[in-house]
Amino acid sequence: MIKVEALTKRYGSVTAVDGIDFHVERGEIVGFLGPNGAGKSTTMRMLTCYLPPTSGRAEIAGYDIFKESLRAREHIGYMPENVPLPADMRVHEYLRFRAALKGVPGRRIKERLTDVCDLCGLGEVSRKMIGALSKGYRQRVGLADAMIHEPDLLILDEPTIGLDPNQIRQVRELIKNLRRHHTILISTHILPEVEMTCSRVIIINKGKIEAMDTPENLRRQLSASGETVVEMKVDNLKAAASKLRALAGVKDVSHHPAGDWTRFTLSTDGDPRERIHELAVAEKWPVRELTRRGATLEEVFAEVTHADER
Amino acid sequence: MRRFFTLLKREIAHYFRTPLAYVVLFFFLLLTGFNFHSGLNALNRETGQVTVVEAFFNTILFWFPLVLIFPLLTMRLFSEEYKLGTIESLMTAPVRDWQVVLAKFFGAFVFYAVLWLPSVLYFWIFQLVAHRPAATSFSCYLGAYTILVLVGMFYLAIGCLASALTQNQIVAAIAAFAAICAMFFINLLAQLLPSSAPFLIELTYYFSTVEHMKEFSRGLFDTRPVVFYLSMTAFTLFLTLHVFQYRRWKK
Repeated sequence: MIKVEALTKRYGSVTAVDGIDFHVERGEIVGFLGPNGAGKSTTMRMLTCYLPPTSGRAEIAGYDIFKESLRAREHIGYMPENVPLPADMRVHEYLRFRAALKGVPGRRIKERLTDVCDLCGLGEVSRKMIGALSKGYRQRVGLADAMIHEPDLLILDEPTIGLDPNQIRQVRELIKNLRRHHTILISTHILPEVEMTCSRVIIINKGKIEAMDTPENLRRQLSASGETVVEMKVDNLKAAASKLRALAGVKDVSHHPAGDWTRFTLSTDGDPRERIHELAVAEKWPVRELTRRGATLEEVFAEVTHADER
Repeated sequence: MRRFFTLLKREIAHYFRTPLAYVVLFFFLLLTGFNFHSGLNALNRETGQVTVVEAFFNTILFWFPLVLIFPLLTMRLFSEEYKLGTIESLMTAPVRDWQVVLAKFFGAFVFYAVLWLPSVLYFWIFQLVAHRPAATSFSCYLGAYTILVLVGMFYLAIGCLASALTQNQIVAAIAAFAAICAMFFINLLAQLLPSSAPFLIELTYYFSTVEHMKEFSRGLFDTRPVVFYLSMTAFTLFLTLHVFQYRRWKK
């Protein structure tokens, strides 16, 4: 669906996107992840034919974004960052205009309008002025606009930015429901969003792709270096810590008191929970918590994007 | 073609959605109505050689609102879309750049035409009341309105260009106003030029909108201004298209 080869964008002497390559297959939901200023929006603007690339090429549904940009644009539903909308049009007027502009045949416009309004929950505001809408509704209008011509590919630039948690959940549900009919590329820096909705993640930093895999695989790469927490009652803190440290698979131990109890945080390789339990039983330490936490995508993200700053 | 008409329809509708359009319409009609009234008064007092149509189209009260409205009509066209960012959703839809430029231009032109429509009524009323034609022949009307259309096209194109250059509407309006004034007052230059250079004086007359109107409202058709305005309109729109495209390229 999307084919990107050595795509580069320079603004004067600043390289915003630096020769990135990636593919997105039909039916995938791909999360485009990166800190602010990493080049996410620039890449999306190039894919949607808004900005011409400095070099490299990209194809949308088999059409070159530069040579056959009109064709490529017909296949894209794009929701720009911050959803720019004209304030002085009514919601249904705007969507009607956008549908006609994107080539929806006249007799189908009404049907499409009803469909997207239902899907995005715009029914009760469709006669309102866009300028009078709340941020959440504006976001939905943007999404409705992106979908109105039934594009194969949806490109959503930070679709949940500035929304409250309820609205974020609604938008996320909406995106999940779209997966059956659309290929979706979402940019975001909200990590749980990616973990919940995306089948693949592309992490971009300073214009370069740093990692590209499924969220599970990315997590697995780091899960070796997980964390285990154990809360016990011990008599001799120092001795207990050194005994824990001596266990196979434990790299480091830190501890702090929690009332009568002591909370040990172990950075671990693999899963040493069984050995910790055996040790506690042998030493007759009462245990009230023993948890292992695999790396979250958040840690993967931090690791990947700040590796050079550490 | 359907996309172009979709865009055009939206541009026209946009004018009638904003209060600016009605404010412009109100004051414009007020001034032209007053102009018509004072023209008739003047003709009543002294029977000159001029017809009502000539008297209407060649006074300062006619030129003053005319020059002012172009920046007001065009300043919004591109600047507002740049500022709001709606240009991004517009240009990522499958539309061609020239379709957008032409739709904005013709949208402004339609509103300009609406501004002038009531003036046709003035002459008709005059005929009804005074029982004599407002002009010596039909060609006077034709000439006056032809030059109105031609001048309108060129000056609106200048306004489009100014608006495509900046995201600040005020800057666009002032730039358009300055350019239009320069074009408009070019015949005043004739008085400063040495009489030993008749060619230069001739040249200023060739550009002078005021001179064109004088001739055309007498029913004298000259093809030179027609060619001048049409070609300049096309050229200015061509520049607008390129400025519009360039803004995205340089980003």
